[in-house]
Amino acid sequence: MNLGSGKGSTSSSPLKTGDVVSDQFPAGLRVMVVDDDPTCLRILERMLRACLYEVTKCKRAEVALSLLRENKNGFDIVLSDVHMPDMDGFKLLEHIGLEMDLPVIMMSADDGKSVVMKGVTHGACDYLIKPVRIEALKNIWQHVIRKRKNGLKDAEQSGSVEEGDRLLKGCDDGDYSSSVNEGKGSKKRRDEEEEGDERDDSSTLKKPRVVWSVELHQQFMASVNQLGIDKAVPKKILELMNVPGLTRENVASHLQKYRLYLRRLSGVSLQQGNLTNSFISSQEATFGATSINGIDLQTLSVAGQLPAQSLAKLQAAALGRTTAKAGVSMPLSDQKNLFSFESPRLRFAEGSLHHLSNSKPMNLLHGIPTNMEPKQLVTLHQSTQTLGNLNMRVSTPAAQNNPLLMQMAQSQPRGQILSENADSHATRFPSSLVQPIVPNSISNGVLGNRITGSSNITSAYNTVPQNSSLLSFPINQTNEMPVGNFPLRSTPGITSIPTKAMFHEEGTSGITGPGGFVSSYDMFNELHHQKSHDWDLTSTGITYDSSQHANPLQGNIDVSPSVLVHQGFPCLQQSVQTRDSTSIGKPLFSTGEAIHQSNLQNVSQQHLNNLVDSSVRVKAETFPDPSSQINNLFSDQYGQEDLVTAFLKQQEGVGPSDHDLDFDGYSLDNIPV
Amino acid sequence: MLVLCEGQRQNMEVDQMQRQYLDYTKSLFLEGFLDGQFLQLQQLQDENNPDFVVEVVSLFFEDSERLLNDLTFSLEQKTIDFKKVDAHVHQLKGSSSSIGAQRVKNCCIAFRNFCEEQNIDACLSCLQQVKQEYCHVKNKLETLIRLEQQIVAAGGSIPVMEFSF
Repeated sequence: MNLGSGKGSTSSSPLKTGDVVSDQFPAGLRVMVVDDDPTCLRILERMLRACLYEVTKCKRAEVALSLLRENKNGFDIVLSDVHMPDMDGFKLLEHIGLEMDLPVIMMSADDGKSVVMKGVTHGACDYLIKPVRIEALKNIWQHVIRKRKNGLKDAEQSGSVEEGDRLLKGCDDGDYSSSVNEGKGSKKRRDEEEEGDERDDSSTLKKPRVVWSVELHQQFMASVNQLGIDKAVPKKILELMNVPGLTRENVASHLQKYRLYLRRLSGVSLQQGNLTNSFISSQEATFGATSINGIDLQTLSVAGQLPAQSLAKLQAAALGRTTAKAGVSMPLSDQKNLFSFESPRLRFAEGSLHHLSNSKPMNLLHGIPTNMEPKQLVTLHQSTQTLGNLNMRVSTPAAQNNPLLMQMAQSQPRGQILSENADSHATRFPSSLVQPIVPNSISNGVLGNRITGSSNITSAYNTVPQNSSLLSFPINQTNEMPVGNFPLRSTPGITSIPTKAMFHEEGTSGITGPGGFVSSYDMFNELHHQKSHDWDLTSTGITYDSSQHANPLQGNIDVSPSVLVHQGFPCLQQSVQTRDSTSIGKPLFSTGEAIHQSNLQNVSQQHLNNLVDSSVRVKAETFPDPSSQINNLFSDQYGQEDLVTAFLKQQEGVGPSDHDLDFDGYSLDNIPV
Repeated sequence: MLVLCEGQRQNMEVDQMQRQYLDYTKSLFLEGFLDGQFLQLQQLQDENNPDFVVEVVSLFFEDSERLLNDLTFSLEQKTIDFKKVDAHVHQLKGSSSSIGAQRVKNCCIAFRNFCEEQNIDACLSCLQQVKQEYCHVKNKLETLIRLEQQIVAAGGSIPVMEFSF
């Protein structure tokens, strides 16, 4: 195991001292690089040092993790390989995101769309294709800055999140009429809190990074439980926790992540087991742990709450058509297939991302894609985001030592919790378990957390952790329980469903676009580079299929927008501006790859437009009623969800004109169109 | 009659060696053994890191030999674990691409496709190919390094390659 100089732990980062970014910056950036390949590790270390960064290298993920834990504030950014023998790179990514909230860049020689997508959904800031060039490393500091800025923004938004939560609780299923007023209320509230926030921070860049250690998180959990999930708002949590130096924003952003995590959890259990009439019993058979049932019950309760018409609305809205009957009709037998949980696939086996890429888009909804049209897929999956993401993360408890679920097991069976819950819907759960399990129900279930929107979701989700403060993210777990994607801001749902739906079925016209310039930067270079080598190869008679270059590149193009999406809009701007060689509209390949060229140019420009226009509108249309609350609640996720929708629309030829609602809740100023 | 003093003769030797080195390097690129990534590595070598290329190349050799052994072992099994095979190939692809060993990398790409198809025969043949390509590039790199060391020993400096592709 190689350790670098390890200077990172004691020296102060230029980013931290003072309000102003040091002149030296990004020199001195403290980078942790993790790669089991000694050749790559050495090269990366050398390159990073050439960028004047402080480098610590690790051969093993475990070592890296413990180093990061020991030096809580000792690193600014982490670079990690994807395929590592001792721990999957994505697992490491999640751990880091949960515990330290550092920006993490994934690297791999694997440029497959699904893998890159995984990076996105797991919250990686970027994905570099090996061989990594030094130019790619020169800019990694941007992720550090961006993360801090976004962290601040999170804190500000959390004010409205709180408000949104409270309002949601007051709402019942059909009660969307007061959304307008509540929206205004939340906005006012947010303004108030923004003032408070600004007082706390003196500059956008100087944000003390709070590391949510196990202890801290347990304190957090205890406070949340004490307050009751319904009443757990950052201010109160902060008071209860009584931790010096902890700010409201810290708590707020952690709370937001926590909620996301819970939602994801529920989604996973939704998809575990079979959604049949004998759901409960089959679940028991599958998992053999009552607590799991509890989770599932809870999830299903959420699921069951989605009225059919909401689903229809959602689908219709997203697809730009008039409200149609819920289009997802599947025979029961299919449903069995759809939700049969195949643990080997979902489990994060080391170096076996192949599973995930090869299997059907089960990441979100196991078999659904195979039985449904891509469009429907997208619809579902958009809304499934967190649910689906959970699906990817949490493997079968039975199959894996799942600390989270195990911990849940320590608590009372969820059924009890649910019934204890004051929420009147609680008692409906069992029946709703059965009923929704008919055509539409799956979609219902999947979309449940979205559409119902109201108290049911929050309370349902939140009942889970009430029990055990141990229901924490496996901060200290070394066994790889992929808890959820805390740093995730993007839609977890943008996983393989679009991959399958869009990439496989609609070819390269899928998610291409400006995003192509973010993670595929290296690939472009490489392609360009290699292209020029083609003549070498042919001259020496080496049989090498140059199209192999094209394919990975293509894959990159397709996928990178998701990376882009993950990074949010600010990144879009950056990517367009900083990547000179890959700006929109310019011919990318001088070697005459016309197809790629035209695809990229046309689609990218259209996508940009769509990003600005339809994404905003789509959001509004999708959730016409409780939009303000839900938007506040899932603001970040919606960004990406809308992008996906926008992209898809692009393919389907459904232009933004289909959406007539105006919505100005999104500021997309930064996007150069 | 042309009389050259010792210093001049040595300079000529160094020049020749340097030219020879450059020509050799160029040929490696032209023949596709190495690609631009190797150039990057050379550029990363400086006074503070005088042995960087040698170091990395040695790491690559060690790593590759281990991987090739693992691959051979895996493919010899009665039931072949293609996932494992693929993982090995993937790693080899990564390290060969990082060092710029283009032909090896290309072999790996093809190899991985066959792994996916679980085509045993094709995999075995790919393995042979990869081993061959690895041997080739190993020889080339060792020669290159030897040339470098000769130049340095003779008091010269290693010329920097400049390519425009």
